[in-house]
Amino acid sequence: MGLRGRLVFEPRPEPPAGYVLLLSILAIIAALLAAAVVFAVYGQNPWVAYGTIISGTLGDPIGLLSVLQRAVPIALISVGLVLAIRARFFNIGAEGQMLMGAVGAAGVALFIPLPAPFMLPAALLAGVLAGAAWGLLPALLKLRWQVNEVITTLMLNYVALYGVNYLIHGPWKGDMAVGYAYSNLFPTSAWQALMARSNVGLVTLALAVGLAALVAFILAKTAFGFRLRVLGENPQAARYAGVNALSTTLLVALLSAGAAGLAGAGEVTAIHHRLLDPNEISLGYGYTAIIAAWLARGNPLTALVTSVFLGVIFAGGDVMKVALQLPFHMTGVISGLILLFLISSEPLLRVVPRWVRAPEPAALQPTGGD
Amino acid sequence: MSRVAFAWRQFTLMGAAGDGRATPAAFPLYSGNERLGQPKSGLKGVAGSPLAAPSALCSGPHAQGPGGASPGASGGRPVATGPGRSYRTGDPPGPGFVSSLGAANDTNSARPQASGTTAAEPLVYMRGIVKRFPGVTAVDGVDLALYPGEVHALLGENGAGKTTLMNVLYGLNQPDAGTVELAGATVSLRSPRAALANGIGFVAQHPLLVRRHSVLENVALAVPGGFLRPMAGLAARLNELAERYGLAVNPQAFVWQLSAGERQRVEILKALLRGARVLILDEPTSVLTPKEATELFRALTRLCERGHAVVLITHKLDEVMAAAQRITVLRAGRVAASVMAGDTDAASLARFMVGRGLEAPERRECARGETLLRLEGLNLPGHGDEPALRNVSLAVRGGEILGVAGVAGNGQQELVEVATGMLRPASGVVQVGEVNLSGARPSAFWAAGVAHVPEDRFRTGLVGNLSIAENLALRDFDRAPLARGGLVDRKALFERARRLMEEFDIRAPGPQVKARSLSGGNAQKLILARELSANPRVIVAAHPTYGLDAGATDAVQRILLERRAAGAAVLLVSEDLDEILKLSDRVAVLHEGQVMGVLDAADATPERLGLLMAGRREAAVAEA
Repeated sequence: MGLRGRLVFEPRPEPPAGYVLLLSILAIIAALLAAAVVFAVYGQNPWVAYGTIISGTLGDPIGLLSVLQRAVPIALISVGLVLAIRARFFNIGAEGQMLMGAVGAAGVALFIPLPAPFMLPAALLAGVLAGAAWGLLPALLKLRWQVNEVITTLMLNYVALYGVNYLIHGPWKGDMAVGYAYSNLFPTSAWQALMARSNVGLVTLALAVGLAALVAFILAKTAFGFRLRVLGENPQAARYAGVNALSTTLLVALLSAGAAGLAGAGEVTAIHHRLLDPNEISLGYGYTAIIAAWLARGNPLTALVTSVFLGVIFAGGDVMKVALQLPFHMTGVISGLILLFLISSEPLLRVVPRWVRAPEPAALQPTGGD
Repeated sequence: MSRVAFAWRQFTLMGAAGDGRATPAAFPLYSGNERLGQPKSGLKGVAGSPLAAPSALCSGPHAQGPGGASPGASGGRPVATGPGRSYRTGDPPGPGFVSSLGAANDTNSARPQASGTTAAEPLVYMRGIVKRFPGVTAVDGVDLALYPGEVHALLGENGAGKTTLMNVLYGLNQPDAGTVELAGATVSLRSPRAALANGIGFVAQHPLLVRRHSVLENVALAVPGGFLRPMAGLAARLNELAERYGLAVNPQAFVWQLSAGERQRVEILKALLRGARVLILDEPTSVLTPKEATELFRALTRLCERGHAVVLITHKLDEVMAAAQRITVLRAGRVAASVMAGDTDAASLARFMVGRGLEAPERRECARGETLLRLEGLNLPGHGDEPALRNVSLAVRGGEILGVAGVAGNGQQELVEVATGMLRPASGVVQVGEVNLSGARPSAFWAAGVAHVPEDRFRTGLVGNLSIAENLALRDFDRAPLARGGLVDRKALFERARRLMEEFDIRAPGPQVKARSLSGGNAQKLILARELSANPRVIVAAHPTYGLDAGATDAVQRILLERRAAGAAVLLVSEDLDEILKLSDRVAVLHEGQVMGVLDAADATPERLGLLMAGRREAAVAEA
């Protein structure tokens, strides 16, 4: 008695913000619990492992800087993806766009002799343009023939990956490269200033914060942002309202791909100073940024916060490798589980869970039928 | 009572007295301006108590005569249903029904309501149903009894709780309080599956069928059959049922080939094959021609003759008067009245629905100006082989409403989209005033003074996740006075929104509220506010009152008439013939993408329009 009943879910139109936050946190906790099983399989006590990761990242000044180092490219990309998601352009190709951005920056830095003050800006700009160019083809295919951009952008990631490999093994191969393939070192005029005792590029850090603010401004205040939101929320109404879907989608695709390109250019100018193996340039930032953008739920400023969160997971990968002798790819397992749980929790946003008491057992008896 | 409703009752009495084969001439369902006739008598409505006088209740006019209704006393056994004829009930009732149906059987000799003597046991008795949603009590202590052999109309404005109440009965919603009794036994209907197992079937407004599958395949999906040959014997059962109830449909036809009426029949047959004794129909006539609607009601009559109970969810008063025996009016989640159809009339029902009387807006004569919208020789390819529009030419003058009637899917939507620039015709001219807009974009149409009230409010006319203020600015957010240099002035946006919300009586807590939280009527007023605040020369309105309650319908119709009086040209596309006849100066009829004719309002009788809608131009001319 008293406990008889069951949980029912009733639809609701608009989840309150607090509930969204609560549900997101619960999903992340659930994902970490699931990842704990993987730790256990590796013979590690998951609670000890999580404790080590947290003290090695958030609890340590060097660790914090390494979190920030990972968060910068993720933030640049995810802010662009927030824009794309708001316009319902599902860009899964940030990874490839980022690599092409690195190629663009490397091309300028290695082969175009420019006066020193112009070198870094030109390299970064080339990265933006190269990334945007990589996003142009899927956008055109979608707009002209309704080709699904999820497929095209995803496939182009592999083209970019092997493109970089071709360059560093072939035409751009460095004079000193033996064994590992990489290009020559960039001239120092193309190097970014770094935050003290870290690998955090100051220019890209500032650009990431600035871009988030710019995207927030675009979405909230400009006619372009209005157009983009109408298009993303209801393409049919956009057609009705006379929104030019072609130019809007194209611009959004180019902006988001350009931001990813900037992230790639930032990585090579800040940290590596050369074009090298694609897996060294990006640790999967282009994919991870999708999670950051999704977590941010369409808000570019929130994307900065979620990028830092995912930066913790990446920096935690280093801790795991060194302190726990676990493969770095645990980071992929953890972030993948987080996305899985987040997306799975989406339907719960649109319902209210409620406990319904069962009717008293006596009432279930037939009360006579004639 | 309206003429038509009276005729209908005559027919049902006649049909039921014989063996159900009496086929009178088709009765026009729509009675035009007669619908709000003089009140005939006071209404004996008792709030919250449909069973105030149970002893006076009877099983309705159909359930009489020799064997007029012998519902399946037990599943599968032959049951006499008329002189010299016997049927096997292919649709065994749920376990709870047997005894009550037997009881109902005993009372079938009761005379109709006028002399009602014996009470039938209700098939379904919903007691004190309460259903709350966050922030609103949708159903607030409603009692409802459904009797075998009766069409029970559930009448009410949008949001009155009709659908929620029926969702409770169909197991889609769980009540917060109250019980559902089937044949006297309380049951818990936790899902549609449970409802179906208990003999309750639901026919949705828009049929849920697999378009690329045949009728038989669709039915096989719903009716459990053998694992290897699920359709074995099904065609025979389907045909037998179809013949018995006059629901003819070709089992081999593909669903995409069927008309809306035929699809509805498939849904009804599906429910019957699954053993439905109680059939809930949600706004069944919204997709039908008058003739199809008449056929549907005839089939419902036959169902009732065999002891089924039918619930008709609707807000069309004519329909209620024509088809129902018992009427329950809901208002704001409570029972406003529960009466027998013979004891009331449309005007009283309307008063119960809205809580006050409504006077039909009057269309006064006004001067017609120049031609403002000219469509010339429009052609547009359709999705299949048939073109969507064939050589359509229409002209609308200022101060004039041109109604476009037709059965859904005969080119109305395409006509609207071509006339507003959303679709480009393959050939033909669209001219607004002196401006030739052929091939122009929707924004150019807007700039030329064309307002568009789209068919699907929430899919086309609004962006649900944007605020009311933003939705009001959908047309002009990017130019002065709302924007300067590509930047939107939010203050101006909200100020104008507040003004328009007041002017057009859009009821919401504020302009920042998301549009998707608006009711249908407020959503439509938002669209009208946006479209009409720029004083358009031409108004293209598609189904402007579809799904709106009486109060909102009235407001929308008044607004259109005001604009007409102010000199605008209005192209009004509607499936509601009453509305077309009430508002239009001239009426054009579309059939298979062609204009079958354009009639002056005076010549546009429902009969002639019905013939034109069916594509029978000659017959319509002969009628004249």
